[in-house]
Amino acid sequence: MRYEAPTSVEAAIELLASGKGNARALAGGTDVLVQMQLDVIEPELLVDIKNIAELRQIEKLDDGYHFGAAVTGVELMDHEDFCSTWPGVMDGVKLIGSLQVRGRATVAGNVCNASPAADSVPALIAAGAIATIAGPNGRRDIPVEDIGIGPGNTSLVTGEILVSFFLAKARPNSGGAYLRFTPRTEMDIAVVGVGIDLTLDDDGICTHARVALGAVAEKALLVEEAAATLIGTRVDEPALDNLAAAASAACRPIDDKRGTKEYRIEVAGVLARRAATTALNRAKSAGKK
Amino acid sequence: MSKHHITTTINGDEVDFLCETSQTLLDVLRDELRLTGTKEGCATGDCGACSVTLDGVLVCSCLVLGVEAGGKKIETIEGMADGDKLHPLQRKFVEHVALQCGICTPGLLVAARSLLAKNPDPTEEEVRFGLAGNLCRCTGYQNVVEAVLDAAAEMRGA
Repeated sequence: MRYEAPTSVEAAIELLASGKGNARALAGGTDVLVQMQLDVIEPELLVDIKNIAELRQIEKLDDGYHFGAAVTGVELMDHEDFCSTWPGVMDGVKLIGSLQVRGRATVAGNVCNASPAADSVPALIAAGAIATIAGPNGRRDIPVEDIGIGPGNTSLVTGEILVSFFLAKARPNSGGAYLRFTPRTEMDIAVVGVGIDLTLDDDGICTHARVALGAVAEKALLVEEAAATLIGTRVDEPALDNLAAAASAACRPIDDKRGTKEYRIEVAGVLARRAATTALNRAKSAGKK
Repeated sequence: MSKHHITTTINGDEVDFLCETSQTLLDVLRDELRLTGTKEGCATGDCGACSVTLDGVLVCSCLVLGVEAGGKKIETIEGMADGDKLHPLQRKFVEHVALQCGICTPGLLVAARSLLAKNPDPTEEEVRFGLAGNLCRCTGYQNVVEAVLDAAAEMRGA
């Protein structure tokens, strides 16, 4: 097995494209190394993308936040302004593995590993995160919900890598939250995860909402029908009832050792209600700043 | 395929080693450098027994390749005591009997030191969350948490 650590995106793409499917991009390695250890994958070439300066940056620009694909969970957790600007995204990031795992693991890896239960993914989708993908044919920007297509599979083609994420500057009076259910509080895989972002107008009416569900389908789902139940309301009890029903209705989960279909469908509604309440409170307190 | 020649700093000393691409930092520490204080539990990042710090960041050494460690500063359990003088965390683990079989202990100590470096005065809850990536199948954690809180108090001079 060969190891290369290029210092430019172009060099990384060339290496990955030359590997003809037997090359793997290596960011934090917290999934790739485990899959190698368990003989799930046997790559001939590892392309370490951590030495590419562009991929290591967290930047606040006029249009919003940009952060690179090799930025670790701990680096985001230590970035106070990012954390206070995007608490909903950080709810998800802080649940990835353990502190040790987050010391290496990247959000881009969490997205590209394409587990339907990945904690940062519904949070990013709710926040409207856009990913920049670079490949042999240039760069393209796609919403995060278009990356995962099924367990372990993404829409990226051979030679492509995720370069960075973009989170557009939040509207005033906006808030987000991610909640998951797990039997243990730490070091567990989501039975259901729900990410919600919403925006209020000056009268407290919800003008914009995004609702994303994890671990209830083959990929994380953006559920427009659920978001529609909040828009035009004060996110009050009747709206939350409608939200819970719409979230449950969107689920198409499997039965497994972590939960039955029926259980996941029920819990998705309960968590959606709670996540919306947290997002609402954050939107109200953001408005007071 | 020739081996990689890697230069690192381990517990303050410059260290060179040769490794294959597939060898993890844990493999290198234990098998090449004979620093066997760092333990292998699961080898998949779930148990924290192999915890070390890499440029000051707490990581599982089973989830880092040896070849990725070039130019980095690594701290392992072997660097914790000052000669024969135990680190306060080590002493408090002994006093509180915060171990039984001992496999998780080096990882817990490294993680606890990392926690206290960031947060010298943690609550019990913060200690429990801070050590959540370190599994212990013997103690039930109570004595571990008490030892860390006691060591933190001593290190603050309280």
